[in-house]
Amino acid sequence: MITFMNNSDSEDEPCNERTSLMSAESPPVPSYQDGLQASETREAQTHRKRQTGSSRSPNNVADEDASDSDVRVRESALENEEEELTLKYGAKHVIMLFVPVTLCMIVVVATIKSVRFYTEKNGQLIYTPFSEDTPSVGQRLLNSVLNTIIMISVIVVMTVFLVVLYKYRCYKFIHGWLILSSFMLLFLFTYIYLGEVLKTYNVAMDYPTVILIIWNFGAVGMICIHWKGPLQLQQAYLIMISALMALVFIKYLPEWSAWVILGAISIYDLIAVLCPKGPLRMLVETAQERNEPIFPALIYSSAMIWTVGMAKPDTAAKGQSQQTWDAEDERENHSSTSHSDSQILDTRSPAPSHPITLEEMEEEERGVKLGLGDFIFYSVLVGKAAATPSGDWNTTLACFVAILIGLCLTLLLLAVFKKALPALPISITFGLIFYFSTDNLVRPFMDTLASHQLYI
Amino acid sequence: MTLAVFFGCTFIAFGPAFSLFLFTIARDPLRIIILIAGSVWGWGPWATSGHRAFFWLVSLLLSSLIWFIAVKASDPHDEPLQKGLLIFGVMFSVLLQEAFRFLYYKLLRKAIEGLVALSEDGCSPISIQQMAYVAGVGFGLMSGAFSMINLLADALGPGTVGIHGDSQLYFLTSAFMTMVLIFLHTFWGILFFHGCENRRWWEIVAVVVMHLAVSGSTFCNPLYVGSLVPSYVLMAIAAVWAYMLSGGSVQNLRRFLLCAQSEASPQPAS
Repeated sequence: MITFMNNSDSEDEPCNERTSLMSAESPPVPSYQDGLQASETREAQTHRKRQTGSSRSPNNVADEDASDSDVRVRESALENEEEELTLKYGAKHVIMLFVPVTLCMIVVVATIKSVRFYTEKNGQLIYTPFSEDTPSVGQRLLNSVLNTIIMISVIVVMTVFLVVLYKYRCYKFIHGWLILSSFMLLFLFTYIYLGEVLKTYNVAMDYPTVILIIWNFGAVGMICIHWKGPLQLQQAYLIMISALMALVFIKYLPEWSAWVILGAISIYDLIAVLCPKGPLRMLVETAQERNEPIFPALIYSSAMIWTVGMAKPDTAAKGQSQQTWDAEDERENHSSTSHSDSQILDTRSPAPSHPITLEEMEEEERGVKLGLGDFIFYSVLVGKAAATPSGDWNTTLACFVAILIGLCLTLLLLAVFKKALPALPISITFGLIFYFSTDNLVRPFMDTLASHQLYI
Repeated sequence: MTLAVFFGCTFIAFGPAFSLFLFTIARDPLRIIILIAGSVWGWGPWATSGHRAFFWLVSLLLSSLIWFIAVKASDPHDEPLQKGLLIFGVMFSVLLQEAFRFLYYKLLRKAIEGLVALSEDGCSPISIQQMAYVAGVGFGLMSGAFSMINLLADALGPGTVGIHGDSQLYFLTSAFMTMVLIFLHTFWGILFFHGCENRRWWEIVAVVVMHLAVSGSTFCNPLYVGSLVPSYVLMAIAAVWAYMLSGGSVQNLRRFLLCAQSEASPQPAS
């Protein structure tokens, strides 16, 4: 889901709060509007750590009251400038999103193409109990639809459970759940991955070395993700765990079920974010009521931001923190469906209540946030395309391009509509269309052309 | 085979294109702006590559669909018919690609208008010539990638090229052909957009004819002298033409080659 922070009403202040892809007019509520998509976890994490974010809101509201009259006058004059800057930031932000998504997909495709383990059929998840080894097409289709129904209902139940937990402020429970899931992901799944890679390349490694490597990798990962760490290391870890999760899905979801699940997930995303009674929307509204930011957890953040304590002037600019939030890893256990929130958050560094100095203003860097669930499902789509038995690279490339185009369009729509939008539907739709059409139509054509060495 | 051939063919085919990309496009994301449906935002070079690639992909999809339907509707054992259908498929694909290039031109035109309306000083941060160049590179990269990538993947594995009597130069000539096609698409982009801008229809027709000629010449394969040589000649012609249209001249070239400073030289549109 893609969301914006609506914060740009206080134009009269020397620090113009500008969001990329946001227009000057925005509703005065300064909290994040998030559509969160994940059933799983993590939401509670964020408000625990996000005192700074929440403290910003009262100041904004106060500022807006005071500056209401000035706003109109300045608005037109500033709007052009805003748009110019939004253009600049828009370009950077799209690249900031493209690079991690591309990296995750590259890791997944490289693994699928080289490590046999992830394309072997070794059983299925308990969420997809119906086997696809049936002889008839109709039975197979029916089984995949049933698998999808079960999977989606599990996700819905998880999301509702999470919303309930958040509503009743059971933050400790959610936090514990997140820690456990990221622990499992960072240690167990990495160990399995390392083992399979070593097997593929026939490299021998003794257990003490393995323990050392896995221990260090996992421990640093836990610290980076749940506490503090250099931004790029945190980004790298988030990309790696998204790739690991996507690989698990690719291995354990049967062929047809995977495609139907991808389609169903995008529809669910659409419903959950846009319908008034959708769980994610309710989550957003609850967070807004409490003036808390929603789920920095499980979000890939791409820039450094100021963490400024607005309500406490004495503890003002805490300084640039390398890590934007303590992004929790919402990868929970393998046993629970990992549909983490897929959202894109457009964040702005919170502006302090007092007029800030010019240097502070200039260092205000806006970043873009994208939910890890989006990473995962994009990578699942591309990975499944790469795992097709025909081994065609054109299909993978076409799906990759389709997903990036979908991401572009989604960001564009976000700029137009300026409210929480789901990030999955457009990309997944394009990806599915291009996968099936490339695999069935373009592949025979290109193969025939290549065999005669013809060029178009 | 294996790594040497893989890297060799990759760099032959994609080296010039990627260096073009790195030096001229990746440098400044603001220079590349794409408009979709009238709204104006800045997109990075990745985004615009994606859009161009997308347009090329859609054209490929439609032409494959037509060919597929034709093949399924015909007798698979009739060799001349299949060959004829293939020729028809190739020509149709070329025409469709050019049609999509035109559509893309229309889209970028709207983008420029929107940008001009939005900017403070009334001029767009990116000109139509830059967009033409970027569009050409995008089309070329995508078409090259689709032609080459399966070949490269096979080149990594074991095997002997041409063991059944086919040409032994298959990979090498494919790489060279891909490179020339990428360059050609770049120059055709510039020519095409220039023709559309200035209402010179003969330039557009020339681009289409050149494309058909290059694709048609590949029917001579494996007689590579019949396909590679004309393609390179056409590329040289297109390069000179595009250079002239972009404001280049012999004086510019001489100054550039002699590394002399030029104060009042006509700048290439950029």
